[in-house]
Amino acid sequence: MTAPRLDALEIGQVVADADYRISRDSLVRYAGASGDFNAIHYRDDVAEAVGLPGVLAHGMLTMGIAVQSVVDWLGDPGRILDYGVRFTRPVVVDPLEGAGIAVVAKVGALDPDAGEARIDLTVTAHGGTVLGKAQVRVSLR
Amino acid sequence: MPVNPELQGRVFAPTDPYLVGREKVREFGRAVFATNPINHDPAAAAAAGYSDIVAPPTFAVVVQESTLAQLLAEPDAGIDFSRVVHGEQRFSYSRPIVAGDELTATLSVTSIKTLGGNAMVTAESSIVDQAGSHVVTASSTLVVRGDA
Repeated sequence: MTAPRLDALEIGQVVADADYRISRDSLVRYAGASGDFNAIHYRDDVAEAVGLPGVLAHGMLTMGIAVQSVVDWLGDPGRILDYGVRFTRPVVVDPLEGAGIAVVAKVGALDPDAGEARIDLTVTAHGGTVLGKAQVRVSLR
Repeated sequence: MPVNPELQGRVFAPTDPYLVGREKVREFGRAVFATNPINHDPAAAAAAGYSDIVAPPTFAVVVQESTLAQLLAEPDAGIDFSRVVHGEQRFSYSRPIVAGDELTATLSVTSIKTLGGNAMVTAESSIVDQAGSHVVTASSTLVVRGDA
């Protein structure tokens, strides 16, 4: 698969627009894969006991899913140089409905000399932004 | 006990080497909805120039985790884990992690700030391969909620 061409990109251009649906199963799977077994991510009683509105997705799961839209656009996960987020709002995962995560990725900056672009992610769930200042620096050499 | 401001600048002992297994990379990839064949299929990874399958960008958290455990276990840290919220996370790569890498992480506490009763602890885990070459730095800001 050929990488996107840097000289064909414009600031503000949408390069990915993806929706993901996570369930309680997704949280258990991520707990096992990551080793983060904090019970607030799979037990309603524990989440309630510490005053949370419900079982929450791991922030790192949301961060990990959100960047996949950029990986799919790039065609190669190795083109990602830097990826940072702020966790601004938790994602409550309903036992029956799960939760939807919507990701829109736009070109935020271009650096032709370095052969790099900065892709800015807008990540929302239940109508609110859940990751702040989510930026991915990618190599397009 | 409040967060100890003298933690700033402290550097911890390198962690034991973490051998990145192919099936662990696949398991993590499935968990974060990674569908690129380079994350799962050695032949696709080889065709893209990699020695084995490539881990998703946030996989470094698995290696970083043991360094954050060091920080939380530090006797004089004053960090009550039940009050910790993950505030920010960043990964800065020199190259992607691939299956077969043997990775060692060294934690340093780069910043401690107090903001409205909360403490913001930023710690960087520098992760190198078996040759000592830098692979990725994983940086976390933990928000430790105050008593109020």
